[in-house]
Amino acid sequence: MKAVVIGTSHGGPKALQQLISALPVDFPVPVLIVLHRHPDGKARAENQLNLACVVTVKQAEEKETVEAGTVYFAPPGYHLLIEDDETLSLSVDEKVNYSRPSIDVLFESAADVYGENLVAILLTGANSDGAEGLRSVKEAGGITIVQKPEDAEAATMPKAALRLMKPDKVLSLSEITSCLSKFLLNHSVDFYECIKGVRS
Amino acid sequence: MNENEKLEAELLLQAIYQKYGYDFRSYAKASIRRRIKKHQAVSGFASISAMQHELIHNEQFFTTLLKELTVNVTEMFRDPDYFFSFRNQVIPVLAEKDHIQIWHAGCASGEEVYSMAIMLEEEGLAGRYRIYATDTCSEALNVAREGIYPVAIMQEGSVNYQKAGGRRSLSEYYTAHYDHVVMADRLKANLVFSEHNLVTDAVFSEMDCVVCRNVLIYFSRVLQDRVFKLFYDALPGGGFLFLGSKEHVRFSNLADKFVKVCGNEKIFKKVG
Repeated sequence: MKAVVIGTSHGGPKALQQLISALPVDFPVPVLIVLHRHPDGKARAENQLNLACVVTVKQAEEKETVEAGTVYFAPPGYHLLIEDDETLSLSVDEKVNYSRPSIDVLFESAADVYGENLVAILLTGANSDGAEGLRSVKEAGGITIVQKPEDAEAATMPKAALRLMKPDKVLSLSEITSCLSKFLLNHSVDFYECIKGVRS
Repeated sequence: MNENEKLEAELLLQAIYQKYGYDFRSYAKASIRRRIKKHQAVSGFASISAMQHELIHNEQFFTTLLKELTVNVTEMFRDPDYFFSFRNQVIPVLAEKDHIQIWHAGCASGEEVYSMAIMLEEEGLAGRYRIYATDTCSEALNVAREGIYPVAIMQEGSVNYQKAGGRRSLSEYYTAHYDHVVMADRLKANLVFSEHNLVTDAVFSEMDCVVCRNVLIYFSRVLQDRVFKLFYDALPGGGFLFLGSKEHVRFSNLADKFVKVCGNEKIFKKVG
């Protein structure tokens, strides 16, 4: 596994707080996040999480190279994409699913770059962004995880994905959290094994 | 996009360059690939290679693809904080000059050009400035030149205008006709719209300000350096450079030739 991408909207800040604060400081891969929020918003979510978490949490900057143990947020009003050389790109292309940043845009570009070495997680949210992107990740061989709709603060986003595709796992937020941190506590543990463990 | 499609996309850009002279080869790949895929889906071609065949043999098809590849989203007074800083921190400096030359590179359909013209008029500089607004896309330039926009965009535009420190009502700068608006002729009198390609063309005149917002994010580092050199050459010492809110000169090889002049906004001044 080389990267984790996460998409969420309504209920996202709370869910991310739980998920990101569980990541250890030596988290072995970068995490890229699209959180739908107001375009005038400053970096409040990043700053709060950066204070509360041991991993570095920051807003993505164009052309920066992603690093392990770092969590990058798409800036409000910009799509976030990743290039073949693992540098980040931003765009102000038209909105996708009424959203900029769009989860689909991030997931599809990450699927192009990382293929089977990608984990994509779709959490709580109030629209259908992310469903197409998750399908692209799966088609490229990556691992796809959707938060259980009944566990999500807003079930629309997980449900939209489940209507469109069959993810590898449908898990509660605490299962996703423990799965990610378990994998990261022992780098030798294969992520697939970890997911099976959560299931059984 | 799988590895084969990535190759096909590269070849498509090479074909465009050799056939039509537009050079997208040094653009950041992720966005351009997305645009190519989108155009493929919209136009119904089975593969990118099939689309390449069509664009080589059909210039009309190329024109529609070019529009997709160069499209830049813009709006009236986009990023009002930037316009607010321009009004309060830059215009007082510019006002000391008899005549002000501004180059807006990558103006797209022109909304931000008219926005700047409105600010300059409100600050008493009417008739003392000229904005050279350029873009690679001739269709977008036609829209900008005519200054005719859907009336719907003025709603958000008006909110942004007020946030940017607007002193009147935005409606004083256009006339409304049913579903569209026409920007005032007195604004247009100060604007020159023309085709210019940042990738292949040279500087055309000395400028007091260069505006280039949310264009460089689409370029590779190498291409960014070329463009920063153009801007450097176009500006005198003390000239202003305005970038998009997520763009910065710091990674370029001319980083030490510009200083940031405004707290949060990406407004720079050429050193010297």
